[in-house]
Amino acid sequence: MSAGIRFILISEIVIPILLLIFGVYHGVLQVLYRAGIINASSVLGIDYYQGLTLHGVINVIVFTTIFIVAFGNGIVLYLLKKPLRGWSQWTSWVLMIGGTLMSAWAMFTGKANVLYTFYPPLIAHWTFYFGLVLLVVGSLVPFFFDWIPNYIAWKRENPDKKMPLAVFGIFVNHILWLIMVVPVAVELIFQLIPLSLGIVTDINPLLARTLFWFFGHPVVYFWLLPAYVMLYTMLPKLISPKGKLYSDTAARLAFILFLMFSLPVGLHHQFTDPGISNSWKLIHAFFTFLVALPSMVTAFTVAASMEYSAKQEGGKGVFYWWTKLPYIRLEGDKWLFSYLFAGLVLFFIGGITGIVNASYNVNLTVHNTAYVPGHFHTTVGGLSVLAFLGMSLYMLSKLKGTEVKFKGLATLAPYIWTQGMFMFSYAMMVGGALEGFPRRTNTGLSYLNPDSPLYRPEWVGYAQLSVVGGFLLALAFVFFLISFFGTLFSSRQRNIELEYPIAEPLHDSPAPVLNNLKAWTVASVILAVLSYIPALYDTTQRGIFYNSPAYNDKSPVPIKPIKSSGLKKEEVKN
Amino acid sequence: MDRAERNAIFLAVGLLAFFFGLIVYAARGLKIDLPTCITDVQPFKTGQLIQHAPDRYELHVVARMWFFDMNKGQTYVELPRGSVVDIYLTSADVVHGFHINDTNVNLMAIPGTVNYARVKFDNPGEYHIVCHEFCGIGHQDMAAKILVK
Ligand code: HEM
Ligand SMILES: [Cu+2]
Ligand SMILES: [Cu+2]
Repeated sequence: MSAGIRFILISEIVIPILLLIFGVYHGVLQVLYRAGIINASSVLGIDYYQGLTLHGVINVIVFTTIFIVAFGNGIVLYLLKKPLRGWSQWTSWVLMIGGTLMSAWAMFTGKANVLYTFYPPLIAHWTFYFGLVLLVVGSLVPFFFDWIPNYIAWKRENPDKKMPLAVFGIFVNHILWLIMVVPVAVELIFQLIPLSLGIVTDINPLLARTLFWFFGHPVVYFWLLPAYVMLYTMLPKLISPKGKLYSDTAARLAFILFLMFSLPVGLHHQFTDPGISNSWKLIHAFFTFLVALPSMVTAFTVAASMEYSAKQEGGKGVFYWWTKLPYIRLEGDKWLFSYLFAGLVLFFIGGITGIVNASYNVNLTVHNTAYVPGHFHTTVGGLSVLAFLGMSLYMLSKLKGTEVKFKGLATLAPYIWTQGMFMFSYAMMVGGALEGFPRRTNTGLSYLNPDSPLYRPEWVGYAQLSVVGGFLLALAFVFFLISFFGTLFSSRQRNIELEYPIAEPLHDSPAPVLNNLKAWTVASVILAVLSYIPALYDTTQRGIFYNSPAYNDKSPVPIKPIKSSGLKKEEVKN
Repeated sequence: MDRAERNAIFLAVGLLAFFFGLIVYAARGLKIDLPTCITDVQPFKTGQLIQHAPDRYELHVVARMWFFDMNKGQTYVELPRGSVVDIYLTSADVVHGFHINDTNVNLMAIPGTVNYARVKFDNPGEYHIVCHEFCGIGHQDMAAKILVK
């Protein structure tokens, strides 16, 4: 590996973690604000909603995307054994880091207090949107100029081998990413950036929301599938050197089901929106149930692989093999097991609670309450983030040519995180679903302030429990950071070799149909487009009376009065 | 695929189909349904409570930065118990949320569009309403109330 590529990979791991420090810091502030322990609108010059924007954008857009590119680079490099191209990697690096800095500037200077969903007519400075576009473009560059050409070259040399499973998962994930960013790019380029620059004076906010969620649901699978790649291909090998993946075919089937059904589901985020017929919402609810299927298949395959692998270590019987899993083990790379295992435990809860959100009319009891962040902190804040943190540390140690430092702390961190998340998510979910505790709100200023006429004492207990959870989460993260920076600043002990513990399958079959990625990609695009035509038609035709001008978060007066739709507004008799 | 795996997949499909069946029954049979596309109501700019019959009301709510106009600028309304209310909701500026606690009324207020839900207030009491979508610096103070007597 050349020094340049090594620098790129290390920085693609270190930079997201540096940003995540701010993300987690503000996560802890959020629970304090919400419980009224911090009774203020800002701390150290960062306003609650500004910080919440940073928390969302850093944690789930920047950290995830850059890590996923680094992980994909590593997997492709290791399994296809072809060098990555310097020019393509540098282009990608400059675009991603440059874009991140641009958006970060807008957020840190308070010019983008719009949260990570950036719903118009609230509008941010154009650099915020432009930075996100650059980040996304940068994340696609290696896919086109390194991964695909390297695979084609590998295939020419290995005509009768299947694409390695880890590469297959990485490719499915980036194909999905490529499809899903199209609608949000349309929103950014044709609606938000022109509105922000003042080129247009008004836009259709419901259309913008619909385009956003066309991207916004599949993106959660973009965060999840890299973790699934680790569960399928690496978890068995971490349990035992003789560990095996239970079924290669089932794993590929799950990835293909995700490719097909992750897209026609975005309306489940708009169940309570006006202007879209509820029949289309029901169809999207149906596909949402379908996309739960591959996660259930994964639950089976991963459990079966764990059982098989634990039995290679002498585990016996129906239950006793559970005692042979390396829960807290420090030899070699076994510490990584604790990240994947703790993530799995949280994801079990995340999957079940996700079925609640997805359940059409049941959503009315939880929509936009604290239940929703309670749920997704066990998915993206659970399995995804733990798998990514663990893999970041793993790759860092390989790229530095050293053992992981403070391994004990690193091994405990995911369990403490899980315990913290149990308490945090329990508080948020129960308070949200049963008492209507809202999300996205600095409740400490009003609802949880005993001096306010809006005081709601029934929310106090939940908010306080979430503080306890938040502190455990922070403690876990500090343990991780000690180990991470200890490893980063330690000197080289052995050869630098980026390798992964990849398990062989127990059951395997050629499954040529599953491996035809091109055909599945076409089918997925067709299904996604068909599922969105009626909803997009609704948002542009029926129930919409006029467009909206832009607002900033500080004033109820539009930034610029509307010209074009002013006429339409006059026509409407009031 | 081996037998255990096939059984697991059948079980998963069966469970999901059962849940989905219940949802469709609740939506179309019990009429616990989601907001849909409303085209027959003109957009409005002021809140209004209109009584159609002793226990039938129409409530026009305008969400704006940073209060709910429930009835000519007021942020609360009173209703007799047992009333059936048709709620129409719109926004005058940015996106807002509208959640009436202890009911199934949970709506987004989107400018340029009218949202709708019907609710029956069987029990007397104070029904708290909060805005649950970020709408600017005054968001955490945006609340309203329905008093059912
Ligand atoms: C110490 C750890 C963390 C704590 C205490 C924490 C706390 C919170 C709280 C209280 C909220 C809700 C704020 C509100 O709705 O008013 C929130 C929102 C959120 N969190 Fe975290 N969080 C943590 C870590 C994470 C991680 C690791 C991720 C993802 C990788 C994450 C992703 C998000 C997202 C996407 C939101 C939604 C933001 C929005 O509604 O705009 N959080 N977090
Ligand atoms: Cu979703
Ligand atoms: Cu609000």
